[in-house]
Amino acid sequence: MSAQSHGSYKSYATGFILSVLLTAVPFYVVMADVDIDVGWAIAIIFGLGAIQIMVHIHYFLHVTVKAEDGWQVMSLLFAGVLLAIILAGSIWVMFHLNTNMMPAHEQIERVRNL
Amino acid sequence: MSTPAHPTIPENGFDFYDVSAAHVDHAEHDHETGTMLGFWIYLMSDCLIFGILFAIHAVLGQSYAAGPAPIDLFEIDKILLATAFLLLSSITYGFAVINMQQKNASAMMIWLVVTGLFGMGFLVMEVLEFEHLWHLGAGPGASAFLSSFWVLVGTHGLHVTSGVIWLVVLLVQIQKHGLTPANQRRVLCLSLFWHFLDLIWIGVFSFVYLTGVLL
Repeated sequence: MSAQSHGSYKSYATGFILSVLLTAVPFYVVMADVDIDVGWAIAIIFGLGAIQIMVHIHYFLHVTVKAEDGWQVMSLLFAGVLLAIILAGSIWVMFHLNTNMMPAHEQIERVRNL
Repeated sequence: MSTPAHPTIPENGFDFYDVSAAHVDHAEHDHETGTMLGFWIYLMSDCLIFGILFAIHAVLGQSYAAGPAPIDLFEIDKILLATAFLLLSSITYGFAVINMQQKNASAMMIWLVVTGLFGMGFLVMEVLEFEHLWHLGAGPGASAFLSSFWVLVGTHGLHVTSGVIWLVVLLVQIQKHGLTPANQRRVLCLSLFWHFLDLIWIGVFSFVYLTGVLL
């Protein structure tokens, strides 16, 4: 890895200031009890959280397309795909379990007719 | 039209076992970058562990079992302080790496010590929070929500603890042996680990604490 790939004072400071802003806003929304819809508040928290993760990957972890002949970014993307499958899949399946169950009244009917 | 020989294959074929001086040099360089890439792939697998714990918390996070909910338990101002400690430790580690590249060993070690102190500050906040929850009767056995909470936040805390121990050991190594190439590589590996833990914490405070309190 070349010296440039580990950043400078300026790039760390940029990442830090962005992170402070991206942390402060969601905490403000919750702590100051800002009068907005809960859905919007959660959207702000998740949106800014996702942006802050990008900021960290770029300014602190120094992931670039060129580092390690591209293997670094490839393994990151691969982990991202697996995470998406795990998270979306788990939530999808676990919150639809009831849908696939036999409705209660049909179960009661079956027991009566035994 | 004749097909030209493949341009990248040398005339005498590949020599995989060439140990001439130039190749040894090259091999050592590869070894060095290989360690960094290997460590990175470890971090990605660690990322999957946290991803699974986040998925579990997404599923169980609202199963309170008639017990306490996040709004009853979490003190967001203290979480903000812990977050500040961790974020500050990230930038101070960055300064340590910059000083290492300028071969400024003493300044690097000062920044590493500062990083370790911020890391310990974070851990103190976490232990105080766990103690607080425990005394409220909100241990990991109280509800499915608290089980997944303790496992997720506890796993992150154990990682930070390992990072602090690694940092202390590394400081001793650098004190004893100086900034050898091996120690420089270790500093860079720990920097990846440290920034990665800060990244995971973004998910924890956004999802577990802030979203938990709102829902």
